[in-house]
Amino acid sequence: MVGFIVRRFIAMLLTLLAVSIVAFAIIQLPPGDFLTSYIAQLASTGDQVDPRVIENLRAQYGLGEPFYVQYWKWITGVVQGNFGHSFEWKRPVWELIWGRIGNSILLEGLAVIVMWFVALPIGIYAAVRKYSLGDYLSTILGFIGLAVPNFLFALILMYLAYTWFGTTLGGLFSPEFEMARWSLPRVWDFLSHAWAPVLVLATAGTAELIRILRANLLDEMKKPYVVTARAKGLPEWKVILKYPVRLALNPLISTIGWLLPALVSGSVIVSVVMNLPTAGPMLLRSLTTQDMYLAGAIILLLSVLTVIGTLISDILLALIDPRIRYGAR
Amino acid sequence: MPQIPMAAEPILAIKNMSITFTSPDEADVEAVRQVDLTLTAGKTLALVGESGCGKSVTARAILRLLDKSALLPSGEILFNHGQGTVDIARLKPDSLAMRSIRGAEISMIFQEPMTSLSPVHTIGDQIDEVIVLHEGVSPKKARERTVHLLDQVGISGARERANAYPFELSGGLRQRAMIAMALACTPKLLIADEPTTALDVTTQAQILDLLRQLQDDFGMAMLFITHDLGVVAEIADEVAVMYLGDVVEQGDVYEVFRSPQHPYTQALMNSVPHLRRKADRQRLSPIKGTVPSPKDRPAGCAFTSRCPYVFEPCAGTRPAPTEVGAGHLARCHLLARTKMEALA
Repeated sequence: MVGFIVRRFIAMLLTLLAVSIVAFAIIQLPPGDFLTSYIAQLASTGDQVDPRVIENLRAQYGLGEPFYVQYWKWITGVVQGNFGHSFEWKRPVWELIWGRIGNSILLEGLAVIVMWFVALPIGIYAAVRKYSLGDYLSTILGFIGLAVPNFLFALILMYLAYTWFGTTLGGLFSPEFEMARWSLPRVWDFLSHAWAPVLVLATAGTAELIRILRANLLDEMKKPYVVTARAKGLPEWKVILKYPVRLALNPLISTIGWLLPALVSGSVIVSVVMNLPTAGPMLLRSLTTQDMYLAGAIILLLSVLTVIGTLISDILLALIDPRIRYGAR
Repeated sequence: MPQIPMAAEPILAIKNMSITFTSPDEADVEAVRQVDLTLTAGKTLALVGESGCGKSVTARAILRLLDKSALLPSGEILFNHGQGTVDIARLKPDSLAMRSIRGAEISMIFQEPMTSLSPVHTIGDQIDEVIVLHEGVSPKKARERTVHLLDQVGISGARERANAYPFELSGGLRQRAMIAMALACTPKLLIADEPTTALDVTTQAQILDLLRQLQDDFGMAMLFITHDLGVVAEIADEVAVMYLGDVVEQGDVYEVFRSPQHPYTQALMNSVPHLRRKADRQRLSPIKGTVPSPKDRPAGCAFTSRCPYVFEPCAGTRPAPTEVGAGHLARCHLLARTKMEALA
């Protein structure tokens, strides 16, 4: 088991290295760089920039140098915890994003937990009572949840909250808590704001989870080991929970890894609509302004999330399925 | 001819049982029409027949393991649990009464030892579970029993093997583990649903020997389901031949094998290959035609469409069982007529 984790960990580091190269290359792909769009912006407002200042900046950031030199400068900085400077915000990238990435992870993490807690019982119920009223209801609700775009659901929720309760949903904190340190009132303030985005983010995923779990479970319940378990004299609920559910979870657990980054990148529009201080909108903005160190850092962190998520699901899978644990020897 | 001692109380008596499968958009299908079987302690009854003849369904009905779509419209399954008899056919499948019989009084081993064991639990876990469930002992005590059982079914290094997962064991060992699980609570009746079909021939012989020896040790009755006449000859005391949901012939295994009375049994016996010198070899005579679907089964004898001796009453009237020897019954109009003529 330890060997398994160590091997996975090494593979993870190599993957991250490869991802960082690709991410950096993609950010560099559009013609020009931040300085060209900066000059264009200044020129459009009638300002003139001293060409020498531009030259200095270019040299300072190594913008004129070949790709591999720029990459090397960037990645050595990243390894030492220096993610570079944001051109647009004129501040260190790390300072800008750590709070936002934290908000993202917190929000998406809550959404994932809500998703599993809602989807597990409903999915099991829908499979065990196949074609019952409850199954049809969960199917209908599930498909509505899948079909309605998240941002639309967010808009509807905001509209209803305003017209019915006169409250505005949006943001994650009240103004007075925005910059405050974490404390009990701040946690409460966060929760009173966060329930709406968490609900919105969780709906589509919940629906998908219910469908997958139901299908997996229906397959597993036809397997002979379920009959064996029944033939032992176990009560039906115990048969279902101990045997087929356990196996039906495998494919779901293997997808936890993709869930984390999918939620972060999938929530951009919701974050914009609900004015959430998460990483998504900032990534979008940094890409349009060619703020390459900021964009690079966010993309790198997203891939770190993916890889960590995959590592987590690998470890979980190995824990619950001995065939994987021993097959990896 | 060995007489079956009549003094022994039957453990299980199936009387006139039929099984019907319902479906929301099709007509009901009667998978099993009329089965009478009696199982006695220490004896093995083999239920033989082609695939789809209803033998597995019959076995599962005894433990009420059939789907909700299966009904038992008529008949009784009388189980003698020592303090009187209970009619299993009238119990609710998920009731406490039924569950306390399953695994404790009547247990079952299945055909596919790979897929019939949970792939993600150790075999020790899966055996412990039955013991804890029915005897309420501590998991630690249960594990001791498990190790002893695994030892009894001939698994070497039982203590370590109890921590093995099914995929780490060979097919033969898995089936031994399955047998240990079935015997964990010393059941009165063991149902073996083609337990050797998925195994290779040498392993098959070992498993049959093991079952016979365990039957001597535990004294349970055994219902052995198979399509292999060689296996029947090996293990059974009595045999019941099924065709398309009907038991067409039943009786002492020597008697039935020596002089099969029903045309179907005779045809089955003729389709078994024998070892002969090349010059003496004869072509096997397969039974002509194919098994019809239970939907197209004639109202009378199920074998009508393939029987070489078919005559007037066959298609319309179900033949009653005719006694052709001591405890040897066959359902065939031909036999009934011969008997009538003999009496006349």
